[in-house]
Amino acid sequence: MYHSIVLVKQVPDTANITGNVMQEDGTVNRSKLPAVFNHEDKVALEIALQIKDTYGGTVTAITMGPPRASDILRECLYMGADRVYLISDRKFAGADTLATSYVLSEAIKKIGTFDFIFAGRQAIDGDTAQVGPQTAEKLQIPQITYVEEIRSVENGTVTAKRKIDGGFEIIRCALPVLLTVVKDTAEPRSFKAKRVMTYKGARSLMEIEKLVEGNSLLSVDALVHEYESRSLFIKTLTMDDLHLDLVRCGVHGSPTKVYKVESVVLNSGEHEHVEPTKAGIGKLIDKLMEDHILG
Amino acid sequence: MDSERTIPAVSNDVWVFVEQRSGKAADVSFELLCKSHKLAQVMGGAVKSVVIGHQVKELAEETFRYGADEALLIDHPGLKQYRTLPYSRTLINLVRQFNPRIVLFGATIIGRDLAPRVASATRSGLTADCTDLQIADISYLRKEYKQLLLQIRPAFGGNIIATIITPDNPIQMATVREGVMEMHAQESSRKGTLTSIPYIPDELDEVVAIIEQHREENHVNLKAAPIIVSGGYGLRSKENFKLIHELAHVLGGEVAGSRAAVDAGFIPHERQVGQTGVTVRPKLYIAVGISGAIQHRAGMQESNKIIAINTDPDAPIFGISHYGIVGDAMEVLPRFIEVYKNKLK
Ligand SMILES: Cc1cc2nc3c(=O)[nH]c(=O)nc-3n(C[C@H](O)[C@H](O)[C@H](O)COP(=O)(O)OP(=O)(O)OC[C@H]3O[C@@H](n4cnc5c(N)ncnc54)[C@H](O)[C@@H]3O)c2cc1C
Ligand SMILES: Cc1cc2nc3c(=O)[nH]c(=O)nc-3n(C[C@H](O)[C@H](O)[C@H](O)COP(=O)(O)OP(=O)(O)OC[C@H]3O[C@@H](n4cnc5c(N)ncnc54)[C@H](O)[C@@H]3O)c2cc1C
Repeated sequence: MYHSIVLVKQVPDTANITGNVMQEDGTVNRSKLPAVFNHEDKVALEIALQIKDTYGGTVTAITMGPPRASDILRECLYMGADRVYLISDRKFAGADTLATSYVLSEAIKKIGTFDFIFAGRQAIDGDTAQVGPQTAEKLQIPQITYVEEIRSVENGTVTAKRKIDGGFEIIRCALPVLLTVVKDTAEPRSFKAKRVMTYKGARSLMEIEKLVEGNSLLSVDALVHEYESRSLFIKTLTMDDLHLDLVRCGVHGSPTKVYKVESVVLNSGEHEHVEPTKAGIGKLIDKLMEDHILG
Repeated sequence: MDSERTIPAVSNDVWVFVEQRSGKAADVSFELLCKSHKLAQVMGGAVKSVVIGHQVKELAEETFRYGADEALLIDHPGLKQYRTLPYSRTLINLVRQFNPRIVLFGATIIGRDLAPRVASATRSGLTADCTDLQIADISYLRKEYKQLLLQIRPAFGGNIIATIITPDNPIQMATVREGVMEMHAQESSRKGTLTSIPYIPDELDEVVAIIEQHREENHVNLKAAPIIVSGGYGLRSKENFKLIHELAHVLGGEVAGSRAAVDAGFIPHERQVGQTGVTVRPKLYIAVGISGAIQHRAGMQESNKIIAINTDPDAPIFGISHYGIVGDAMEVLPRFIEVYKNKLK
């Protein structure tokens, strides 16, 4: 039996950026980009579910993000996660990878013991691949990054194939361990229709608070209790639930700052036209030979 | 007893983690030393190379030629191969002890495995995958900062270029993409100080074992090629792609391609240029049937001269080209080959 925690992140769909997403000042208009489940994190969840299918145990998915990140937690439930946690607080906003890994590692300590933590190698917005290893360091556990294949899990160890520069290596590691996976490690399973029916009504604390707003007949506590009793409560951890050092969270806890952002404008600007004829190409070659670039 | 030891004030030193595989340094480490030499000159600090491994003293000495003023050498049989735990513990201890101002790593798999752990433990800012580094005085949120490291990096899948700063933290760390900084060895007589640092193994490291390792020496060295002929999806087939090989052959260059060409099976991945491939800066880059997507440009726009051959006059590749030929590759390439051969006669 193995207990896994999976780190999942909701990301803007940067693979499908179109013109109107980039603003005049070069920043990205995130509201114009659909928010999606970071693909490699779905792969991470798939691996955790496979381990559960084979050896038994539990799979818990957690995300730190704004309230709307509950969307991907519901998707985790549809795929087969046993428990999901939303870690959300205004004070967590603007976090760089250091602050993100701090909050995640404290949340993991609160959630309980585990054998595996799975993460995606990299999220497609920040593209840093830092959160996994930074979290492992804070938890003082080993890591295997760039995992391409889980070879075996036995006697409290995992054997995995990982990518290295120019090849691969096979690593064996005692549990607990954090692994980051690449996209080819597994094909995420599709949602189970039955689970979608059951869990599409799952709600986080913030979503329940929204329901209560403007309805004096409802109370948050009572509603949370009701959702909990039907296993439809998305457990929500805020600043108050985790004993955190405020100066290590969000913007305050982030040593790196985005100073400037420029969009990359693609146009077919200035260049010398060369006729596609033998004469045109001949002149170009002469010029390059004169400049000692050719010949 | 070192309980009395005072914590050294933050220095102006620039450190480079020198990555080695089987005792041979990765090019990116030398590239970073060359860059650090320039950064340290502006800051009035020293460049230190951190060399971790077994029997790597010669390599530590080699770093002087690329700009290191001092080499911190940690040499021990237990450090022969890169392993996350002993390497990160070693570096974390060194950073805590000496407080460098800047620490640079290659954005390789090793660098990206190691740097985040070091930054996490020392609570330093870490900027990922930089393509440029500069030192500048800037004002940020109405405060003035002297000699800050501007860390320039693509993000959002390459659609934006962000400048990241680490204004209020004593240590600025970054990983830097391979091939974007220039590398040039200096006089072989350039000397520096070699400082050996003792290493104490920790049995906890043994929870992780490398069972097997396979590495293929990369025989293709695109980075060193002065001329590159690169083909894209516009070539349509592997058969047509032969013309790319032929042109490269007559010009004495290497063959490369876009990701779409790799995905279509026209050429192997090791010859892919771009964000998820190799970064090159040859004397001449000929882009044939390549649209010029941002992720491709990221790997070749520093080339000295760029020729684009494309049927679409509005293809973005023309925007960074010096010479543009609007035409069908299947006609232009044979002409290019023929005309060039005639000139050589
Ligand atoms: C333009 C731009 C540039 C940036 N550059 C840097 C930089 O250089 N350095 C820096 O420290 N920060 C940087 N940031 C901030 C960084 O993007 C955020 O901290 C982000 O929330 C986490 O980093 P990432 O997206 O790179 O994740 P990665 O480190 O790439 O994510 C790896 C894995 O960690 C897990 N994970 C990541 N975030 C979460 C989460 N919130 N909840 C649960 N699991 C998670 C997922 O499994 C994910 O696949 C930048 C932000 C922007 C907008
Ligand atoms: C995260 C990420 C990372 C990526 N990394 C890379 C990377 O490292 N390297 C990379 O290259 N791409 C990368 N890409 C893919 C990139 O976005 C483009 O899809 C890719 O570069 C397109 O390749 P292409 O120009 O060959 O193909 P296309 O965009 O299909 O362009 C083909 C071009 O050929 C021209 N053409 C057609 N017929 C002819 C003809 N007969 N003669 C001459 N011209 C002709 C067309 O006009 C067109 O401009 C990445 C994408 C993502 C999202």
